[in-house]
Amino acid sequence: MSDTSTADPASARAHARSMAGTKVDFMPTVPASEAQDIPDGVDPAAMLWAETIAPGGYAAKRLDRGARLRLTDLEGDACVSMLVFSAERPVERLNVADTLKVQWNGYLGAGKLLLSDMGKVLASILEDTAGAHDAFCGASNAAANARRYGSGDNWGPHPNARDRFMLGVGKFGLGRKDVHPCVNWFKGVRIAEDGATRFNAGPHARGAQVTLRAEMDVIVVLANCPHVLDPRPAYTVTPARVLAWRGPPTPADDPIRNATPEGLRAFQNVEEDLAR
Amino acid sequence: MTPELTGEIVLDEVVPARAPWTALLKAGQTLRIIDLEGNQAVDFLMYSAADDAERYSAQDTIAAQGNIFLREGSVLMSNEGRPMAVVTGTAVDYHDTIGGACSCESNTLRYGHHTKAQHACVENFLQGNARYGRGKRDMVSNINWFMNVPVEADGTLGIVDGISAPGLFVDMRAEMDVVVVVSNCPQINNPCNGFDPTPVRMVIAG
Repeated sequence: MSDTSTADPASARAHARSMAGTKVDFMPTVPASEAQDIPDGVDPAAMLWAETIAPGGYAAKRLDRGARLRLTDLEGDACVSMLVFSAERPVERLNVADTLKVQWNGYLGAGKLLLSDMGKVLASILEDTAGAHDAFCGASNAAANARRYGSGDNWGPHPNARDRFMLGVGKFGLGRKDVHPCVNWFKGVRIAEDGATRFNAGPHARGAQVTLRAEMDVIVVLANCPHVLDPRPAYTVTPARVLAWRGPPTPADDPIRNATPEGLRAFQNVEEDLAR
Repeated sequence: MTPELTGEIVLDEVVPARAPWTALLKAGQTLRIIDLEGNQAVDFLMYSAADDAERYSAQDTIAAQGNIFLREGSVLMSNEGRPMAVVTGTAVDYHDTIGGACSCESNTLRYGHHTKAQHACVENFLQGNARYGRGKRDMVSNINWFMNVPVEADGTLGIVDGISAPGLFVDMRAEMDVVVVVSNCPQINNPCNGFDPTPVRMVIAG
């Protein structure tokens, strides 16, 4: 309880202003240069984003080409679902099927690319200490959460990833039709010979990280909700840390750029598109 | 063995090789797709007729059944987690829903820039959807009937030789009114059509 009166506008303003500076567990640090966990070697002035996403929370951000985006599974039970759009033309977006098919592999990890539906690379995976991710099962939805947890609404205690995405894309002028198939970081799905999904619920070691490099200007939308295959009856998900910092665009001799002929053409298609 | 369809035949059409095709499938009706000449990938999307922001979701379908392959009994789920259709029968062991649709742009990655001008499934999906006012943002991961995409232990995957044959079929019964949008795949650079696109037959009954 506050002693401050809110009976008139001036005192209500004083009451509102008295809250500034409050620290909570799940919030952005603004400016990001004041974050306490800036990675070694990163100039604080290069920081673009520092935010802890709550269990069940979401966040969205535009990042320029070359920016690094680091996701950290702070306590070992995060599930960060991600959409990616071209910031210049959001109708170009992550295509999960092309991402797998073009790279001839279904498992994401260091050195892999996230590909758009226009034959271009949206982001590269620079580092991955988790080794368990999912490109097959997508976002949880309201119906699935209602069945498992009794509710799945954004305004309740068990938000689902799809409806979190809807809010995230909405902030960029996009809508329900733009919530495309996603990838899920930190929860692994492997495929058995008969096609069955094998889910690795964890929890995993604390502090696992995935670091991405934006290969064009992108909008990333993140939702941190329990994986749709998570069998635990309780809504189980832990916080995710997001750091991003400015970085140079990928040089011509970059090993990830040149790793495969298909990937190289995905970089070349970006470079051709950006030529002015 | 192809079982008799029950109910009145309301449509029976042949989709030419390389062409798009669309139809309204009402709840309770069955769509049969017949692979007339064998190993012809049929790229398939569907949208709720009442609210086309609700559409087929490969990821929801895989998650709900715990398997990447579509077989008899598979429930085809929407992005809102609701059943859109059920595979009521098929003469093929399994069908694909992870491989997505070919596009001019992805062809440049997979095969080289010389394939940019070739016709592709996304072109057909765009054309088929255009009459309903839908566009590129309505493209999502699709079904590939009669296409074979195995996943190996290390995650290696790819479109490989088909397991269908001339005259084999797949039947699906709609659980809600849906608009079906098909691309009779024109791909000539991988074995999904045996390197030779061919016609398929569509029958709606009920």
